[in-house]
Amino acid sequence: MQIPPQLMPEQDARERIHNVDEVPQGYTEELAKTEAIRCLQCKKAPCVAACPVEIDIPGFIKAIVDGDYRSSINILKETNILPAVCGRVCPQEEQCQRTCVVGKSRKSVEEAVQIGKLERFAADWEMEQGEAEVPEVKAATGKKVAIVGSGPAGLTVAADVRREGHDVTIFEALHKPGGVLIYGIPEFRLPKSIVMREVENLQKMGVEVKYNMVIGKIFSIEELLEEEGYDAVFVGTGAGLPLFMRIPGENLNGVYSANEYLTRANLMQAYSFPETDTPIARAKNVAVFGGGNVAMDSARTALRLGSENVYLVYRRSRTEMPARVEEVEHAEEEGVKFHLLQNPVRLLGDDNGWVKGVECIKMELGEPDDSGRRRPIPIKDSEFVIDVDICIVAIGNASNPLVPDTTPAIETNRWGNIIADEETLKTSMKGVFAGGDIVLGAATVILAMGHGRKAAMAINEYLESGAW
Amino acid sequence: MNKILEKEFITPEVFRMRVEAPEIARKRKAGQFIILRTCDEGERIPLTIADGNADGGWIELVVQIVGKTTKALSELEPDQGICDLVGPLGRPTHIELFGHVIIVGGGIGIAPSHPIAQAMKAAGNRVTSILGGRTKDLVIMEDKMAAASDAVVITTDDGSYGMKGLVTDAIQKMVDDGVKIDLVVAIGPPIMMKFVSLLTMKYEIPTLVSLNTIMVDGTGMCGACRVTVGDETKFVCVDGPEFDGHKVDFDEMMKRQRMYEAEEKESMDRYLK
Ligand SMILES: Cc1cc2nc3c(=O)[nH]c(=O)nc-3n(C[C@H](O)[C@H](O)[C@H](O)COP(=O)(O)OP(=O)(O)OC[C@H]3O[C@@H](n4cnc5c(N)ncnc54)[C@H](O)[C@@H]3O)c2cc1C
Ligand SMILES: Cc1cc2nc3c(=O)[nH]c(=O)nc-3n(C[C@H](O)[C@H](O)[C@H](O)COP(=O)(O)OP(=O)(O)OC[C@H]3O[C@@H](n4cnc5c(N)ncnc54)[C@H](O)[C@@H]3O)c2cc1C
Ligand code: SF4
Ligand code: SF4
Ligand code: FES
Repeated sequence: MQIPPQLMPEQDARERIHNVDEVPQGYTEELAKTEAIRCLQCKKAPCVAACPVEIDIPGFIKAIVDGDYRSSINILKETNILPAVCGRVCPQEEQCQRTCVVGKSRKSVEEAVQIGKLERFAADWEMEQGEAEVPEVKAATGKKVAIVGSGPAGLTVAADVRREGHDVTIFEALHKPGGVLIYGIPEFRLPKSIVMREVENLQKMGVEVKYNMVIGKIFSIEELLEEEGYDAVFVGTGAGLPLFMRIPGENLNGVYSANEYLTRANLMQAYSFPETDTPIARAKNVAVFGGGNVAMDSARTALRLGSENVYLVYRRSRTEMPARVEEVEHAEEEGVKFHLLQNPVRLLGDDNGWVKGVECIKMELGEPDDSGRRRPIPIKDSEFVIDVDICIVAIGNASNPLVPDTTPAIETNRWGNIIADEETLKTSMKGVFAGGDIVLGAATVILAMGHGRKAAMAINEYLESGAW
Repeated sequence: MNKILEKEFITPEVFRMRVEAPEIARKRKAGQFIILRTCDEGERIPLTIADGNADGGWIELVVQIVGKTTKALSELEPDQGICDLVGPLGRPTHIELFGHVIIVGGGIGIAPSHPIAQAMKAAGNRVTSILGGRTKDLVIMEDKMAAASDAVVITTDDGSYGMKGLVTDAIQKMVDDGVKIDLVVAIGPPIMMKFVSLLTMKYEIPTLVSLNTIMVDGTGMCGACRVTVGDETKFVCVDGPEFDGHKVDFDEMMKRQRMYEAEEKESMDRYLK
């Protein structure tokens, strides 16, 4: 008999829109073991190569089958310092699980071994045991490394460089660590306590985190190397530059970038206003523009802030949506209304400068474009208006320009991304490495971590040999 | 945590606060600001660096109480700490030898104009400062501004001190008197900056204004601070805070500043209770 993929229990959709608690609630031991048995323990496991940090997937799953959860988490942590995060937010269906032999043999990715859910199980098990084991740190080398940005890329570099005995200081612009993991991805998808705990573990290893330090302003990269005594710098400043649609009315009150909306809600805890001080507009009708994870997170946050109608306006059709399938499903279950093949052309305001409507045009799909997706084409004279009180623009982010702008020696491409060597993540400036979204453009947590691993290896090598 | 070293009320609503911040004190330039949070539940608010001393390792803020956060800040005492303080943010004022520079400071805007007056003077400019307030008590920092300027003109709406009228009347008078003006830097309430800009546009006098939009991160990540300048959208925290006054859409900016009026009132009422 074939065992079907084990589902993870979830909070009921009608209830969960009234709280910010996590939606999927984790496997029980029994569910985890049943799922783990589904893995065939392939000799040449294709799933491993499809994971950007090449986790020993059959290995950690085998340990779950054996009930040896300690070994399981240790195997995960050999290559991934944030398994509790990746188990939750990785686009698994496009990475490890896409290549899984079980899924292939049943001709459906959905039938694949639920690697991400198992990863989460092992990581959550460790958290339930109390204190995590602090990785060993080699004897001090006297070398100093500065890491700019505490997103997943920076945190990964910090762990891997610190292990070799180098001094590590993370400089973070905001007052909390984690980058998008804290300010962007909402609590109901990734509890903030998980990120805080991982950062505390790094601090136990001796990594120093300096908050409220905007590199490029307080110190330039040159100053870090020449005056502050750092031997190498890693730039992991992310893709935090919100794109707008450049349509009329975009600066009306009530129009947010997704970054602002989510930052207010998550980092600044505006969902607890007035117990906390940062306000956020609460409104009956909300339109979100975009079709990625960021758009889903914004729409679902709006529901939790009490909105009655949340419209997700996306210019292509459902199959082209870049968001994870699971997120799209969750959004739909919770009542987000999908307006597909529609595109905003103009935002309309009232006399006080508040947005009151969005004029959209209907679209149809034409020939595939450069990205391989079918290009949306406006249908003439199909304009119509949706009444709204808030709009959230979630059409993407470009690279944060603060560091490149103040460091001309670091070369960037025409989108403003830092150019770094694919294997070593070296930039055009000696001693400076870069990785994550600042190099890739808006990408994923695990790709940022994969960059972090490679960069850390190259940094360790550079510190030892001195050869650039 | 940044330790508070001194606090002094200049008027019942305005106070000066000296804060320990050695690195910022070394790096700050005229025109730059910081963002702070008074406590863990607190909001991030931007404040201009009004003064600073690299050797002493401190910066000074001059703050007007307008709502919950500025009120809470005013209640902190020396030796207590500010939970988070980040800076220096924003682009520094472009300082060069222009000739005759008029610095126009309105109300609390006088504080941020002080380091600019200092820097303009140090660059060899002749500096005339026009300080405006509704009434005598609201004209702050006259001594400091006098020390940083070649001449000071005071205006009050009610005529209780200096010349009766608005700062624009003082500029108009200079123009009428044939005074050559090479640059105007205006900092104060948006409505003041708007009318100064309209006036100087008429006489084609280059004019810089320093905008105080609502901000969150201050690093260009959120876009809360956006304004229309010419036909472009700019982020005040990273592209500014100073812009060509003749190109700023002040009406849009003033509307955006009122975005959270109801919530701000709720927050303040709750705090005062
Ligand atoms: C709402 C949202 C949802 C997402 N959902 C998913 C998902 O489900 N799955 C997934 O895999 N990916 C998701 N992503 C993408 C993912 O979060 C990013 O790809 C990832 O966080 C990039 O990591 P990073 O370390 O490169 O940068 P970031 O996480 O962006 O961190 C950069 C850090 O650098 C700091 N910084 C910037 N400039 C400076 C400076 N000058 N000095 C000091 N510090 C600085 C920033 O404050 C920030 O803390 C999502 C992104 C968003 C916005
Ligand atoms: C670059 C810059 C420099 C500034 N320098 C000074 C200064 O030197 N001295 C001074 O007294 N004030 C300064 N301000 C204004 C100051 O930031 C606001 O007065 C303060 O945020 C009000 O907070 P509150 O909670 O006390 O009042 P609230 O009740 O929250 O708001 C009162 C008014 O302040 C504005 N405001 C509210 N929240 C913010 C925010 N997060 N960011 C910006 N403005 C906001 C709103 O327009 C609102 O109408 C500056 C603003 C900017 C953008
Ligand atoms: S880190 Fe992501 S890609 Fe790698 S095994 Fe885990 S879920 Fe799959
Ligand atoms: S491909 Fe699938 S079945 Fe094979 S080892 Fe990986 S997870 Fe297990
Ligand atoms: S305050 Fe967020 S971009 Fe300027």
